Amino acid sequence: MFNVDITGEFIAFFAFAAIMIGGAVLMISLEKVVHMVISMAAVFLGLGGMYVLLDAEFVAFVQVLIYAGAVSILMIFGIMMTKHSGESEPVRPLHEALVAVGALSLFGLFFYAIRTTDFPDAAAAAPAEDNTMAIGELLFSGYIVPFELLSVLLTVAFIGAIALAKKEAE
Amino acid sequence: MLPSYLTMAAILFCIGLYGALAKRNAIIVLLSLELMLNAVNLNLVAFSKYGVVPALTGQIFSIFTITVAAAEAAVAVAILIALFRSRGTVDVEAFDRMRR
Repeated sequence: MFNVDITGEFIAFFAFAAIMIGGAVLMISLEKVVHMVISMAAVFLGLGGMYVLLDAEFVAFVQVLIYAGAVSILMIFGIMMTKHSGESEPVRPLHEALVAVGALSLFGLFFYAIRTTDFPDAAAAAPAEDNTMAIGELLFSGYIVPFELLSVLLTVAFIGAIALAKKEAE
Repeated sequence: MLPSYLTMAAILFCIGLYGALAKRNAIIVLLSLELMLNAVNLNLVAFSKYGVVPALTGQIFSIFTITVAAAEAAVAVAILIALFRSRGTVDVEAFDRMRR
């Protein structure tokens, strides 16, 4: 079914995929919230490794810095500022079963679509000589307006977050 | 290799979807949302290497997505803390005032 050659890339892909799926399943099944965040950090790191495999070094570093670093820490702060005592309170078996069936059937649909699509066998693009420089040139020439808009969005979002979290304390 | 990456992203997306719909802790729902966004990013980067027209645009897109997701996470955690102050819980089942 998976008629791929056993190359270095495939072995590395398999290792990262194992880390990511393991982390994601642990995230779903663990009991304590902090453990869930830690296993999620494993998923983020595995994803960073996969970006390196895809010749996207800059995105990989951004992934590790922002997701494995900032977002995980932010979530841990969120956990520390709220209370989590009763984790395994009354569960909703019917609801969870329905959601599981829905997610599985969605995955089946995706899998069928991916398997039946005839992807043109384009040779992998030769990686840019300097990934970061190429991204920087593209970002500051073709995508300068979205870039500036994003910086405004980030500023507004963080000021709003501070205002939201601070207001109620008074 | 492209179908392998797409399948990987589909697995992550479906696990994230299950977590977002089935979990009751709001922090875990947020984490599951991040997982789904990450799955989309993996697709974007995979197509930027193995797509019909390989280009760096996919990586630029994924950087934009990561930035917006970071802003979303910060605002969401702030809203969660404000909700926790007024309600004393982070159970998503308790946040139903607008339904009543």
